[in-house]
Amino acid sequence: MSDSSSPAGTRWIWNIFWLLLVVTGVEVALGIIKPTFLLFPLAGTSILNLIFIGLTLVKAAYIVQYFMHLKYETQSLRMAIYLPILILIPYLTFILLYEGVEVYGY
Amino acid sequence: MAQPAAAESWSGGNEPMKAEYGKLMMWFFLVSDALTFTGFLTAYGFMRFGHQSTWPIAEDVFTHFPGIEGDQPLLYVAFMTFVLIMSSVTMVIAVNAGHQLKKTVVAWWMIATIVGGFIFVGSQAWEWYHFIIGDKGGIELADGRVLKVAEAQTGEVLSLSQLVDGEAGHASNHLEKFNTGEVKTAFEANEGLVLQSPGKGHAQLNRAESLRLMQNAQVVQGANMKRNEYGQGQFANFFFFITGFHGFHVFSGVIINIIIFYNVLMGTYERRKSYLMVEKVGLYWHFVDLVWVFVFTFFYLV
Repeated sequence: MSDSSSPAGTRWIWNIFWLLLVVTGVEVALGIIKPTFLLFPLAGTSILNLIFIGLTLVKAAYIVQYFMHLKYETQSLRMAIYLPILILIPYLTFILLYEGVEVYGY
Repeated sequence: MAQPAAAESWSGGNEPMKAEYGKLMMWFFLVSDALTFTGFLTAYGFMRFGHQSTWPIAEDVFTHFPGIEGDQPLLYVAFMTFVLIMSSVTMVIAVNAGHQLKKTVVAWWMIATIVGGFIFVGSQAWEWYHFIIGDKGGIELADGRVLKVAEAQTGEVLSLSQLVDGEAGHASNHLEKFNTGEVKTAFEANEGLVLQSPGKGHAQLNRAESLRLMQNAQVVQGANMKRNEYGQGQFANFFFFITGFHGFHVFSGVIINIIIFYNVLMGTYERRKSYLMVEKVGLYWHFVDLVWVFVFTFFYLV
């Protein structure tokens, strides 16, 4: 294989595993406890939901960058993957949030 | 006359992305698949946004854990997430060993990945079974809304078996079918009971209104594509569709993994001096894990 730029050994894999596990554990704990001070409304939802979304994006970034090895690919390949995703997904989300308000009239 | 550099470019052989054709195509397929799942999850959010009072809260629905009585919200989904993350890790280790052309190491870690995939698909089947057979039961009003029977004081939801037979616990809820008559009689006999919305805020109707609506109500137990005991009808449709489509991805991932595993054993990649096929199926497998991370958040947590 030509792409030898990823770290040697398997230690980095287990480090990311622990990170993903801890983040998931925090999410589950927050989901079960639902601390009242985090239910404060913010940006059309609650702080708790924004924390969930943030932690999810952290997990997604580690999976894509390291497990799927995208961090070590050429810049043109990285952009070919990231640009459509990072433009279209927020766009679709925005459109449906906007239309949701229009359709249901909140 | 032509520029030498341009002539070389047109004659092919350039690899600006330094990735093999099949790997690139796997990446582009995953981009399109990610957009498909985005469509599902945003549509879910859109529908939920319009029906917040009758849209069930996931912690009230997915409360079972094998071998433990009582409500265990989120615990089983957390277990499934753990299984999928774990199998993603074993897959990276297999890909890593492939880079070093270690055939036996690749084979063993691929077995671990396949086992993890089967455990996940099996867990999903178990969860679907309990979702379909139902838990506490619901009351469908004449206008199609599905509400829960609850204590007016505490807001605690009563299962139909608690209401009619006075028995608590998941097992007794599963085994018995209740008819509308006996549920109405039991509901009218207990002054402390009202109807409660399954959605955000768990709004309660007062006792008089509850009694009036119970006259034309029906008992609903379990879930199908038309109605479900948990609340809004589309909730079950989205559940079946999103987790089903994801489960189908996991299942096909397991099948592809098995095919590649067979080729590893046959020494196909040993002869090619390249385990690139393991890397490609690895990309697909990580993507399945990635999608689950989002399904977990937007279906079960938020």
